Amino acid sequence: MAARASSIARRVKDAVTGGGARPSDALSREAKLELYYWMRLTRTLEERLVALYRQTKVVGGLFRSLGQEADAVGSCFALERRDVMSPLIRNLGSMLVKGATPVEVLKQYMAKGDSPTRGRELNIHFGDVGDPATTRGFLGQISPLGDMVPVMAGVTLSFKMRGEDRVGLVYVGDGATSTGAFHEGINFAAVQRCPLVVVIENNHYAYSTPTEKQTLAKQFIDKAIGYGIPGYQADGNDVLATYDATKQAVDAARRGEGTQLVELLTYRRKGHAEHDNQSYVPAGEIERWAAENDPIDRYVARLTTELGFDASELAAVDDRVRAEVDAATDEAEASGFPEALDALVGVYADPPRERPLWFREGVEGAVAPSERAADGWGVFKADAKTESRVSQEDA
Amino acid sequence: MTTEITYLEAIREALFEEMARDENVFCLGEDIGAFGGAFKVTEGLLAKYGEARVIDTPISEIGIVGAAAGAAHMGMRPVVEMQFIDFIANAYDILTNYVATARYRAFLPCPMVVRGPSGGYVRGGPFHSQNPEAGFIHTPGLKVVYPSTAEDAKGLMKAAIRDDDCVLFFEHKYLYRRIKGVMPAGDHVVPIGKARVAREGTDVSIITYAAATWKALEAAEQLQAEDGLSVEVIDLRTLAPLDDEAIVATVKKTNRVLVLHEDTRTGGIAGEITARISETCFEWLDAPVLRVTAHDIPLPYAPQLEDFVLPQTPDVVRAVRRLAAY
Repeated sequence: MAARASSIARRVKDAVTGGGARPSDALSREAKLELYYWMRLTRTLEERLVALYRQTKVVGGLFRSLGQEADAVGSCFALERRDVMSPLIRNLGSMLVKGATPVEVLKQYMAKGDSPTRGRELNIHFGDVGDPATTRGFLGQISPLGDMVPVMAGVTLSFKMRGEDRVGLVYVGDGATSTGAFHEGINFAAVQRCPLVVVIENNHYAYSTPTEKQTLAKQFIDKAIGYGIPGYQADGNDVLATYDATKQAVDAARRGEGTQLVELLTYRRKGHAEHDNQSYVPAGEIERWAAENDPIDRYVARLTTELGFDASELAAVDDRVRAEVDAATDEAEASGFPEALDALVGVYADPPRERPLWFREGVEGAVAPSERAADGWGVFKADAKTESRVSQEDA
Repeated sequence: MTTEITYLEAIREALFEEMARDENVFCLGEDIGAFGGAFKVTEGLLAKYGEARVIDTPISEIGIVGAAAGAAHMGMRPVVEMQFIDFIANAYDILTNYVATARYRAFLPCPMVVRGPSGGYVRGGPFHSQNPEAGFIHTPGLKVVYPSTAEDAKGLMKAAIRDDDCVLFFEHKYLYRRIKGVMPAGDHVVPIGKARVAREGTDVSIITYAAATWKALEAAEQLQAEDGLSVEVIDLRTLAPLDDEAIVATVKKTNRVLVLHEDTRTGGIAGEITARISETCFEWLDAPVLRVTAHDIPLPYAPQLEDFVLPQTPDVVRAVRRLAAY
């Protein structure tokens, strides 16, 4: 047993220190520019969402991934289309890479009737999973942290059982590593040798809780040893390094080497959501990360100096992104809101049953559901967001 | 052939038949493989279907249920064993927050079964005797089944495995080896959501399920013999969705209703059934709806204590007499 533990530890060390050819060396020039496109799209789309939020067109909260674009984009870029990914709230970039469109994201945030979840779920909580020939392979997350790890253990268990050449990737934050679901999911996947890559995005804060109050562990890849699986660690603000670490893990999982752990070191520059004033962050910390460690600035510098890209090539990407986000915004704003009665259908696979006897013979007679829906919930009538929604509909 | 098999063997037979019928069906749980499960429900499955389809898991209810959900999304049909249904509390978050909402919020199919030994009367103490169905009945998106006969145990298990939603399948461990039945020939499937008239009657109705059904039948016999009362017994079989039609029909027939269950009283499903009856059938009632349930007490171990806390036949007899005299 001692020999096995030390060999795992060595693999962890190798991954940290690198050595040999990096997977990103094999990326084409187009692929390297594509990485820039996805990061720029993520940031521009979120900036647009901020504007819409201030106009009260975003119905719920707004969750930014400012400063984490490289870790989201670079890690997901290591997947194939047939693979399945489960994102976190700060993985807008990963979802875009996997095929989610800006207009879907905007409609979700604006609770539109033709949003991917028809107004049932918020922000980037939506997915598209099933037949790999027709779906893009990302799974709608839920808010209780860590729960997606056991779910993805099961998704990848099905790949193994059916002998499919597919890998799963699940994102968790530093906070989720404290949950029982994280432990149970990763342990289950490890024991079953599921082709699952668990990516821990260590962005220093879980809501307001700093990492040192989350765990006494020095680093999260140390946990890999406890589960008997390989671990990889990378600078999460370096998009190529992020790709390299995740690609190694994904390749190993695809080769049948079982569950893999990746830790990406990054920093959350915005609050948990837009309402959070970040009063708990030490003075100067955010500014220092913004000035010295912005993932897009770093990649732009590398593209233009080291990788031989011309500034005009990057400007063309910026123009394309702006045009795409503009068009998506117009389309999302033009969409209608869901019909209230749509709330009643789809809880079960069975076709909606005849209205229960209890309503038919009992209390229902007073107010028909359609009347109630038209009337809305009176208590919210004074709410500014509802007002803007009504006036928008009128217009 | 009219061979009788036990309630437990009926469930096992359903698992064997469904795994043979559909290669996407697989079982996972603690000690279900070589050991055959704590109660031996899965005995023989490993030998027939192998480790890939009969998966011994870590002690990990969240991991097991979550993995089942993920596999179900991808077209598999997992059947999870909770070693004792008491331990389902560990998986409450992922069942209620994740599994129950998957279809509604994300259009994700979640065809899976979570099954396990439930209930008391076996001196199992606080952690091997619970009836946690009420918490799940309250969660839209889950179906809840709790059979009382061997025939239903098999037929409902087959229906649960074929159902396109998550079905929580409660098995009463007191009935495992005490109840026998002759399985109907062929593909015996009992539809989810349909109650059973366990005994016809005209004076008083007892609405019940699981092991309490047998207490109700015992009480009905005694009341017939001693009081000349004709007691109807409705075995719900499925608790979510409730068979509203069957409940209303028996209320209109006898006009006197007792709701009986082994679960604790406060927040139990008897309260829900009582409310539905009072909302819609008030004018059909000749007496208030009564409840006979367990006391609101964690289930104790000593026979003297357990027998006191759980509903017994004399409790049912007393309540029915009160209803009849009203």
